[in-house]
Amino acid sequence: MPTPSRYWREIPQRYRFETNQCTKCKVKFFPPRLICPECKNQDLQKAKIEEKGKLLTYTIIRVPPHQYVDQAPYAVGIVELDDGVKLTGQVVDCDFDDIKIGMRLKLEFRKIYQEGDSGILCYGYKFVPE
Amino acid sequence: MREVAVIGTGMTKWGELWEKSLRTIFVETALLALKDAGVDKIDSMYVGSMSSGLFVGQEHIASLLADYLGQTPVPSARVETACASGGLAFKLGFMEVASGMSDVVLVSGIEKMTDVNGHEATFALGTAADQEYEGYHGITFPGLYALIAMAHMEKYGTTREQLAMVAVKNHKNGAKNPLAQFPFEITVDMVLNSVMVAKPVVKVVGMGHATDTIALSSRKDITWLEATYQAGKRAYEMAGKKPEDIDVIEVHDCFTIAEICVMEALGIVEKGKGGKAVEEGLTALEGKIPVNASGGLKSKGHPVGATGVAQIIEITKQLRGESGERQVENAKVGMTQNMGGSGGSAVVHIFEKE
Amino acid sequence: MQGIVGYGAYIPRNRIKVEEIAKVWGADAPSYKRGLMLEEKSVPSPDQDTITMSVEASKNALKRAKIDPAEIGAVYVGSESHPYAVKPSGTVLAEALGATPEAHTADLEFACKAGTEGMYVALSLVKAEEVKYGLAVGADTSQGAPGDALEYSAAAGAAAFIFGKENIVAKSIKTYAFMTDTPDFWRREYQYYPQHGGRFTGDPAYFRHITGAANGIMDKAGMKPADFDYVIFHQPNGKFPLRAGKMLGFQREQIEPGWLVNLLGNTYSGSSPLGLTSTLDISKPGDMILLVSYGSGAGSDAFIFEVTDRIDEVRELAPKTRDLLVKNRNYLEYGEYAKFRHKIRKAE
Repeated sequence: MPTPSRYWREIPQRYRFETNQCTKCKVKFFPPRLICPECKNQDLQKAKIEEKGKLLTYTIIRVPPHQYVDQAPYAVGIVELDDGVKLTGQVVDCDFDDIKIGMRLKLEFRKIYQEGDSGILCYGYKFVPE
Repeated sequence: MREVAVIGTGMTKWGELWEKSLRTIFVETALLALKDAGVDKIDSMYVGSMSSGLFVGQEHIASLLADYLGQTPVPSARVETACASGGLAFKLGFMEVASGMSDVVLVSGIEKMTDVNGHEATFALGTAADQEYEGYHGITFPGLYALIAMAHMEKYGTTREQLAMVAVKNHKNGAKNPLAQFPFEITVDMVLNSVMVAKPVVKVVGMGHATDTIALSSRKDITWLEATYQAGKRAYEMAGKKPEDIDVIEVHDCFTIAEICVMEALGIVEKGKGGKAVEEGLTALEGKIPVNASGGLKSKGHPVGATGVAQIIEITKQLRGESGERQVENAKVGMTQNMGGSGGSAVVHIFEKE
Repeated sequence: MQGIVGYGAYIPRNRIKVEEIAKVWGADAPSYKRGLMLEEKSVPSPDQDTITMSVEASKNALKRAKIDPAEIGAVYVGSESHPYAVKPSGTVLAEALGATPEAHTADLEFACKAGTEGMYVALSLVKAEEVKYGLAVGADTSQGAPGDALEYSAAAGAAAFIFGKENIVAKSIKTYAFMTDTPDFWRREYQYYPQHGGRFTGDPAYFRHITGAANGIMDKAGMKPADFDYVIFHQPNGKFPLRAGKMLGFQREQIEPGWLVNLLGNTYSGSSPLGLTSTLDISKPGDMILLVSYGSGAGSDAFIFEVTDRIDEVRELAPKTRDLLVKNRNYLEYGEYAKFRHKIRKAE
């Protein structure tokens, strides 16, 4: 599980949704990269992802990894944000019966998990109904 | 490139195998393969294993296992591409013989997953997903394939019943497989120098290997397995064959939706029609194109690194006519498809009976 | 002139009713409801804490302030349930907003007064022109010991205020602090739940400091209760703030808009700050608002704000407090509540 440095390195992405974008073909991706996955151009500019989008697919996790046991059951989905970027994340603050493919969701700051009783607290984004 | 054939296979019973260590399991199966092939000495070996480090705390198994097999100083490499590690090991062994670098190569797949508890095993398997952008959010492998299944059902109308039929078919086949749950070994040799003539020669005629993003959310189409499509395309091209030419096929059914998507990606059925095909019995043992006569991963189990090699052994046996109750009539051309993670890597091989 | 430039609230959606808690402990729900003037309280989900709520409340405040977060020079989080004992909540908040690295941050605690404490400091730094904008958040996921009276009211919520000198939504007219050493409610290190002095928490503690601060600031400002459109007191339960209002000479209508406790519970450091966001949501240009917080230990901070024209512009830019209070509520049973609040002892 992430030691402090591995967690800290992803903070700009997890807290502020920072990423980059190809200057040539304009494709935006998340997380940021050094090479555009579409046109392989290496000239990229800073960008941020949109914070709202629609649900493409989801599932309910009932047998989670160890650190998430207290959160189960929880829904996880892939959301297509309004700028075309796709993200995986938990879908919270709604009943499972109300989750529908195509529903509008937005990103919210939540605690993702904690490393036991004495390790660091790991924060990031989850999806809530818009 | 030279012609290459599978000249020997070896397998021991799959199971929890509490008394047997990784080294022991490897040596026992490798000895069977060497015996079956009629060779004492190999020129090179490849071991496919997803994570001996996380499962038994042991890296550097390439040399360790070469030593325990009594083959030191043979060149040996352990290769990894998640659940396709076995298929990848075979690819490399094939290439080494085809290129003329070696004449006899031992290819193996092995995983010893029972020395860690359930949580640790789940964690180790989870490393095949994107740690920072999938695993971080609490996704599991059943979860990732469920995401694919939901999207496939939404897009093509595939039903839960059709998914269940994949499982039913595979377990039915698997019940006829006395060898379910094994780590597998096979030996690959150059055809021309082979002295084995008693068994039908099974040649490797096609090979394809491709990658895709490991994160599901980075794929263009969540319902489509691009790596499998690309690997299949290359294998078909190399073999000069089309989907209709394949008589029997082993695919990576880690979850039932995977079998459906793989059939579509390999061109066995049209995009979106995988569910219907299973429902109509196209892929049953008696069907037009039997898929997973061995019972697949669903019935055999999935000791990660071993799976890819096990598939190849099944096809080898099918083409040799050694598959007993599971035998597909007149199987002359067989195919294997081995996949890593949620489809991030795929290795496809095509075999033909001489 | 300095004042509030942006304000925002955040309330988790889970609730538990007084009846549900009373049932488990064999208590008489109707008398608790009457005695505390309380129906239900908010409960944070396991993935919510003081930090996550502070971030969302602050983002709402930024929506109304419409400033570049990099210009925030001070970030204070007041809470008695900071997620870490050592490592600030403020740094996570500042990083999430994009206020780093040029910002001063501190985590504050003073029981339920920690939120207004941060407001006091942020406002003063802006006044002194030490920073351009200062952010103060009052947030808590307070715990009440199982079966104790406080379990009915200890709730979760956050309110954030950005202070500045430009584009003010509510001018700061006066500030005042009144404080003594009064041990009415405390928690020793390594203790999981706080303790309190029973009825001692009333007259010598809450009422003494609330009235001391209210009278003190009105004196300083030369104002009387009738000069105010609204007043907000700290709300440990439904009764105390209403009684305080009566004692000081305020009318019920002045207290109502900021009186959330009957449906929210006591959000501790978020209590009077959320009362303020709720009041701002319905205020008009020119309204005079008195805010008096209370923190056990004990002390009260008091503020006088005058609402400007800009309230009409910003009111709708972020969720309103009462909407957060009543929309999309999810009622829990005691078992789920205890699980969420880590009151169940699990294996290591």
